[in-house]
Amino acid sequence: MLIKHASDIRSSDITNQKLYLNRREFIRAASGTAAAVATGLALGDAWVEAATPAAHGRKLEGVKKSSFSTDEKQNKWEEITTYNNYYEFGIDKDSPSMLARNFKTEPWTVTVDGECAKKGSMNLEDVLKGETLEERVYRHRCVERWSMVIPWIGFPLANFIKKCEPTAKAKYIEFQTLNDGKQMPGLRSSVLRWPYVEGLRMDEAMHPLTILVVGLYGEVLPNQDGAPLRLAVPWKYGFKHIKSIVRVKFVEKQPLNTWQDQASNEYGFYANVNPTVDHPRWSQATERRIGEFLMRKTLMFNGYGDQVASLYNGMDLRKNY
Amino acid sequence: MFRFGLKPLVFVASLAPAGWLVWAILTGNLSANPLSDLTNETGIWALRFVCITLAITPLRRVTGWNQAIKFRRMTGLFAFFYGTLHFLTYVVVDRFASLVDFPDGYFAWSTARHLGAAIWEDIYKRPFITIGFTAWMTMLPLTLTSTAGMIRRLGGRAWNRLHKLVYATGALVVVHYWWLVKADISRPAAYGVVVALLLGSRLYWARLRTARATSAAPATATLQRSR
Repeated sequence: MLIKHASDIRSSDITNQKLYLNRREFIRAASGTAAAVATGLALGDAWVEAATPAAHGRKLEGVKKSSFSTDEKQNKWEEITTYNNYYEFGIDKDSPSMLARNFKTEPWTVTVDGECAKKGSMNLEDVLKGETLEERVYRHRCVERWSMVIPWIGFPLANFIKKCEPTAKAKYIEFQTLNDGKQMPGLRSSVLRWPYVEGLRMDEAMHPLTILVVGLYGEVLPNQDGAPLRLAVPWKYGFKHIKSIVRVKFVEKQPLNTWQDQASNEYGFYANVNPTVDHPRWSQATERRIGEFLMRKTLMFNGYGDQVASLYNGMDLRKNY
Repeated sequence: MFRFGLKPLVFVASLAPAGWLVWAILTGNLSANPLSDLTNETGIWALRFVCITLAITPLRRVTGWNQAIKFRRMTGLFAFFYGTLHFLTYVVVDRFASLVDFPDGYFAWSTARHLGAAIWEDIYKRPFITIGFTAWMTMLPLTLTSTAGMIRRLGGRAWNRLHKLVYATGALVVVHYWWLVKADISRPAAYGVVVALLLGSRLYWARLRTARATSAAPATATLQRSR
């Protein structure tokens, strides 16, 4: 290939300035682009309309009821499986229901490392070994002002933590979501810094309300809800409930969770449901239960104050939002 | 041709999104949170109609199809129509529904007062609501002066100057959209590009006109001197 030096380029080879500055052409092209962008936007919005509820999966055996369950009216399977914030499968609420359909959850490995004695890889069967599954019907409050009542199936995270034998240095636990661009089309967008990271203080993680979830409505957890293994911390906003966990790390310093990393003025580490601390752009005093018209008052710690308020004694929850 | 063909067609097409929304609500074809969809869809259609309205003059200049101007009032009014639906949806679905306490029932003076206070508080406190409300307000005088009678009363020049307010509408609506999204700004950014191109093209033509006027000026001067 012949590479011409600047001196070799004759002035006649340089695009005529008049042509170059033919702005009418430029604007014609620009308005064409604008029209194309507009059409693209319209189509892009339209194609995501066809949300599909998850197909029913395998029934889970030997599930016990729990006294931690609420007896409020449960949201429908259709609602819980078509209205998901799971950005690895797209930013629209209904895109995970379509894009996670072929997500492969078997085999599944969880890597354990950091400040603990039992480092290494565990497959999902090992994680579940010896655990009695419980149905926990929890209120689920999203930071976006909507909520659901969801019959999760899972077991206390504390049990899993004990298996890992954390050292005295383990002050926090950090979780990571799978980061597989081949299976998760949402990862192509740089909307968040991947992989998705969440964390809890050790006492929060050991709290009996905190569970690892493997099922929903008595069945294996649907992909769009974070299969095969997700977290539920019912007194915290939904984004703390990390999905499709592949890594658990015990750490000394407070982890930087993904949404705090994205906008630290709006989302903090603690993310406790708190009606008295507004999101900068909206009030958190009320919430819409999916399926209802009138909103309801949001409860402190999402109504789990009796069990968890003592974890935050002496802490300024306005600062530690 | 316009009166009985294209114009009614555009009118019906412009109503289609509203019709589709009504149909989708009645048949349960929206998401698990239909009230949020309703708010978002009416808003996005208001923005689209603002873009369409802003596109008419550039379209006319580029294609030379001067008849395009005949649709501008209609698309502008549809922008206001969807903007108003968006505002009313917000009032009912967000402000009214979040009142929680209705001491004298849903349709009472006290409820209306609380609702008014809740709307005002939100407009005052939340910048993206402030901007959205301002955007809607900018469309109000344009709607009120959209009749032939008002154009006559104001006079073409004043009317034209007033209706430049739509440029502000375009910019404000994009800012409103940008500020309300949680993380992914790609959609508001795309609309931002569209609005920027449409407004930028006007700047370009304005400069072209000034350039022509100044190059023509000396000729006039010589002419005057020779007289």
